[in-house]
Amino acid sequence: MSFHIDCPHCGRRPVEEFFYGEVASENESIAGADARNLDRVFMLDNPEGIATERWFHAYGCRRWLTLRRDTRK
Amino acid sequence: MNEFVERKIALTWRAPKRAYDVVIVGGGGHGLATAYYLATRHGITNVAVLERNYIGSGNSGRNTTIIRANYGIPEAVRFYQRSVDLYASLESETGRGIMHRQKGLLWLAHSEAGVRAERARAEVNVAFGTKTEFVDPDQVKRICPQIDITGGGLWPVAGGTYHPEGSTARHDRVVWAFAEGAMRQGVDIQQGIRVHSLRVEGDRVTGVETDQGPISAGVVLSAAGGHVTTLVSTAGVRLPIRTHPLQAFVTNHYALEFPIIVASATLLFYASQTARGEMLMGAEIDRQPSYSYRSSHDFLQHCAFRAMTLLPFLRNLRILRQWTGVCDMSPDYSPIMGKTGIDGLLITTGWGTWGFKAIPAAGEQLAQLIATGATPELIAPFSLDRFARDRTMADRGSAGTH
Repeated sequence: MSFHIDCPHCGRRPVEEFFYGEVASENESIAGADARNLDRVFMLDNPEGIATERWFHAYGCRRWLTLRRDTRK
Repeated sequence: MNEFVERKIALTWRAPKRAYDVVIVGGGGHGLATAYYLATRHGITNVAVLERNYIGSGNSGRNTTIIRANYGIPEAVRFYQRSVDLYASLESETGRGIMHRQKGLLWLAHSEAGVRAERARAEVNVAFGTKTEFVDPDQVKRICPQIDITGGGLWPVAGGTYHPEGSTARHDRVVWAFAEGAMRQGVDIQQGIRVHSLRVEGDRVTGVETDQGPISAGVVLSAAGGHVTTLVSTAGVRLPIRTHPLQAFVTNHYALEFPIIVASATLLFYASQTARGEMLMGAEIDRQPSYSYRSSHDFLQHCAFRAMTLLPFLRNLRILRQWTGVCDMSPDYSPIMGKTGIDGLLITTGWGTWGFKAIPAAGEQLAQLIATGATPELIAPFSLDRFARDRTMADRGSAGTH
């Protein structure tokens, strides 16, 4: 799957220049430390729609950016 | 009539009823196989399979059709060997040609560490019931003369394993064989019906909401591939699944026979020849999660480069088509089957990039789970609660692609 990312420093660049940098999420509504840790380590939001993600522009400005991306497109 | 000519499938289409004993969401191989085994092995026929597009339109029609059992952990070897055995007898059982071909599979290693891993794989495989032997580079060359064992100077072949039961089958035919077999027994297969959400009362699932109205059910099985998290989140269930695209492509006709399946876990690449003579190749998943079916030129470039270093004859072929499936990837590269913590809600997911080979065994075992209410021994290690119990089934090196 290929698309372009609007880098705030470099402009519109192909996705192959970037590394996907994961999403950190902590679900505070879950009771109990074990259950919360299990959720944080394994259980993922996996949104079918808009996701907020971190990306690293490895073959560009080498800076991190936060991206909102529609995972259906 | 030859093997390429298909008998018309005897499918009968009905309007959906408002209630079933079992509703299966997803009309791919896994959903249809479960319906088939429910009907034929357990006499449970008040079953509906709900497919939002047409049957086999998802990953069942997008995979690279490889069947094998050369996994790295005992539980997986036993489970996939069951599937290899069921595939081998599927044509005679269903009376439907699935173009099953036993070809043998070469799994290559390119380093000392890789050789150690392949020696261990051969030991584990033999100990737990499948046939795999370690082969050195000379034997690799004898088994498959087309391989450049210098790896184009980049990835020399250091050894590998040979798995004689490695097979391929025509993926559409597998889907149709199970669909027809299930329908003959009275199972309702509904195409073009989209399930929006699950209906839950207390901690029990009572049915599904669809774009054609609610349908109630005693048991709901999610066999929705990459869309599983979206579906079960409507019942408040969270899964360790992330949806990644996986791409593959075929070339034009290769005039000679290529009678084997070649895979390299180091190069994240595998190749086989289709019944039409095309060379079929695939690689690893795309890094970022996505539900998009779009393909990329970047993948073609990388995959074709790795393919040509190992199989130089591919240089003379042209790429005809490429396509993408969206895979339900689990963190330990093993499937997740069975109960979810919500009564009556079952899942078969985590099929990632290795789901096609498991279709008959997973269908058979899940049908037994639905019929008896007890998780069969063969799939108990693959239950969802393994993550909370710290008993993950880590087998990334056997997934082939990741």
